[in-house]
Amino acid sequence: MDFDYTESEQSFRQEVQDFLRENLPPKKDRDEHFLKNWLEKVRERGWVGFSWPKAFGGSDGGLIEQAILKEEMALAKAPPLGTSMMGLAWVGPGIMEYGTEEQKKKFIPDILDSKVTWCTGYSEPNHGSDLAAIQCKAELIGDHYLVNGQKIWTTGAPWSQWIILLTRTDFKAKSKHEGITCFLVPMDSPGVEVKPIKNMAGDKHFAEIFFTDVQVPAENRLGAEGEGWKVTVSALANERSSIGEVTQMFSKLDELKELVRSTRVQGRPAAEDPAVRRQLARFETKIAAMKYNGLRYLTKQIKGEPLSSETSVNKLHRASLEIEMDDFAVSLSGEAGLQLKGGENAVSGGSWSKSALNWPNVVIGGGTPNIQRNIIAERILGLPKD
Amino acid sequence: MNFGFTEEQNLLREQVERFMREDCSLSKVRELCNEQQGFDIQLWGKIAELGWLALTIDPKYGGLGLKWVDLMVVLEETAKGLSPFPILSQALSSTLIDSCGSEHQKERWLPKLANGEMICAIALYDEPNWISEDSIKSSVTLKESSADLGGIKPFVNDANLATHLLVMAQSDDGLKIAMIEKTQAQISVQPTVDTTKPMASVTVNGVSVSRDDLMDCDAEKLDYITNCGALGTTAEMVGSSEALLSLTNEYAKQRIQFGAPIGKYQGVKHRLADIYVDLESFKSLCYFAAWCADDKPEEFARAVSMAKGYSSDAFNQIGIDGVGLHGAIGFTDEYDAQLYLKRSKWARPMFGDSNFHLERIAQLGGI
Repeated sequence: MDFDYTESEQSFRQEVQDFLRENLPPKKDRDEHFLKNWLEKVRERGWVGFSWPKAFGGSDGGLIEQAILKEEMALAKAPPLGTSMMGLAWVGPGIMEYGTEEQKKKFIPDILDSKVTWCTGYSEPNHGSDLAAIQCKAELIGDHYLVNGQKIWTTGAPWSQWIILLTRTDFKAKSKHEGITCFLVPMDSPGVEVKPIKNMAGDKHFAEIFFTDVQVPAENRLGAEGEGWKVTVSALANERSSIGEVTQMFSKLDELKELVRSTRVQGRPAAEDPAVRRQLARFETKIAAMKYNGLRYLTKQIKGEPLSSETSVNKLHRASLEIEMDDFAVSLSGEAGLQLKGGENAVSGGSWSKSALNWPNVVIGGGTPNIQRNIIAERILGLPKD
Repeated sequence: MNFGFTEEQNLLREQVERFMREDCSLSKVRELCNEQQGFDIQLWGKIAELGWLALTIDPKYGGLGLKWVDLMVVLEETAKGLSPFPILSQALSSTLIDSCGSEHQKERWLPKLANGEMICAIALYDEPNWISEDSIKSSVTLKESSADLGGIKPFVNDANLATHLLVMAQSDDGLKIAMIEKTQAQISVQPTVDTTKPMASVTVNGVSVSRDDLMDCDAEKLDYITNCGALGTTAEMVGSSEALLSLTNEYAKQRIQFGAPIGKYQGVKHRLADIYVDLESFKSLCYFAAWCADDKPEEFARAVSMAKGYSSDAFNQIGIDGVGLHGAIGFTDEYDAQLYLKRSKWARPMFGDSNFHLERIAQLGGI
């Protein structure tokens, strides 16, 4: 057991820190021009798709170095290392594993160069948590597929150019997991209609998408027909350590402590209230647990031991922390905690009240807490499926 | 960065696991605790022979010179089967002697602790639920060549099993620790919820000790030994929780109700998943704290408080749910689940409950 970093790992951390010092201006000075430059510079360094094989334009970055890079970026509150989070997280890795040579040539460079944004067409009106039961239909007609159906809760759909789309090509398959096929579809295809959905915080991050007789060339199929579920599962497994998230949670905790220091409750400093102090300590402990869980799983990966569904552990922690920390801040501030941005007494510019309405982005997206519990119970504890 | 165990540590784990399976099964534990106050001198001899009492002791004094991570492996595995042997008390005693004793005292005592000839328990605080130097009311009056002890230590773990006791007391010259023979004190075993962790009150009124048997202590060292105690207790909680989860999980797969194993129902399987999440989390915190004990002393206090602060309440809930998910059978004396619930009650306040540790995390975190 050793939690220290090697010399080469430390010098990599130094390299990232030096880069950030030279290239990351304060938040208020980060305009569009800066962002364009930023994306070019991190691309030059090989930090976009850092873990991807060199043959595909990545850097073959090791697991520890990936963790260091994510940690430093999150610590500096730097912008993302590319415009397409989903492209980098699972679309790219999915194409590298299952794509044809043409698909690799066509899609991978654009993801790395931040030329496209991808969204993910999984959920449907009647099939969210029960994803494998999707009904959006794709039918092979000559050299193309005809797609009809609907997707919903698609994050990023209003501004994405491409969608990785899960469809059903075989309605008579023995199990619902068979007969699913994956496609790479341009969002400007005729017959694709995007209707943004306003969420309870007033944002329009997600949308419903209607597909009416959309023609998708057969060469845009990712993986074989009926292999779509495998492509999806293996692509989602590419989500790596949660070290970046942990760093973000620690900075959020720092902000929460700041708030506590400047808040009075019943006329007395909130920081003197034992219940308040313990709650902050519980948050800190849980985030630390996420950190060391992540490092333990990272060690397993480095040793080449198979990871089961351990990431669900940290997803559950993240979900409860997302809800509880905002909630704590809002309720600590009493009536003032209710005010949104623009309110005369809004706390921290209304950021807590706003994020207290936005938790479902993190908590529901990628599988609800109850789905994570099913995953742990069935895949790790070996309990029977529902 | 490596959050794994070495080959040697894995072998050590297997060795402890074999001992627990072959020599110290739960039926043996029940027998020991019901009839022999939780002790068997032959098995103690075997434990000593296997080297588990010598792990963290300096080779200069007959020890193996290993670290808290190694000791943690032993505590985790022995606690899976609720071993009543005072390995933790023995380890804390040698740690206390190592940090407070003179060269001469270390030479006299540590080899005998390493080979199990002396069995030692520690008597730190006098008041329940008060981890502070101020909680120590017992006194030691210093004379020319001897000293007189006075006071009652009401909550001493394993005192009845020990041959010797290390008694923390206040003197005109600050905190002292006296090494006394058990026969010098009045020991009164107390009935508690957990028979696998015997507890006794120790009265030391009028006990006279030689100045050679007194060690100097201070608040910082008291803090350190308390942290080691919290770490050891957490390591035991990790092992016990794992065993109870596995017992309950197996039951959930086999018990059929409404035509299906109860583990199929989300009311059961989700609670088991939550137990897994808690266990994984305080296990990670515990492993990190054990590494800090030897390799990152400046982080040790905070790391331990996180581990013990999380596990104290979580293990308590795991005990309740482990019994509860079994239904009525879990509530019977004959079934083993209840033994773990009782252990969770014992572990909760030991070396600081969650309130104590959470408060310390807040302080160390600048609140």
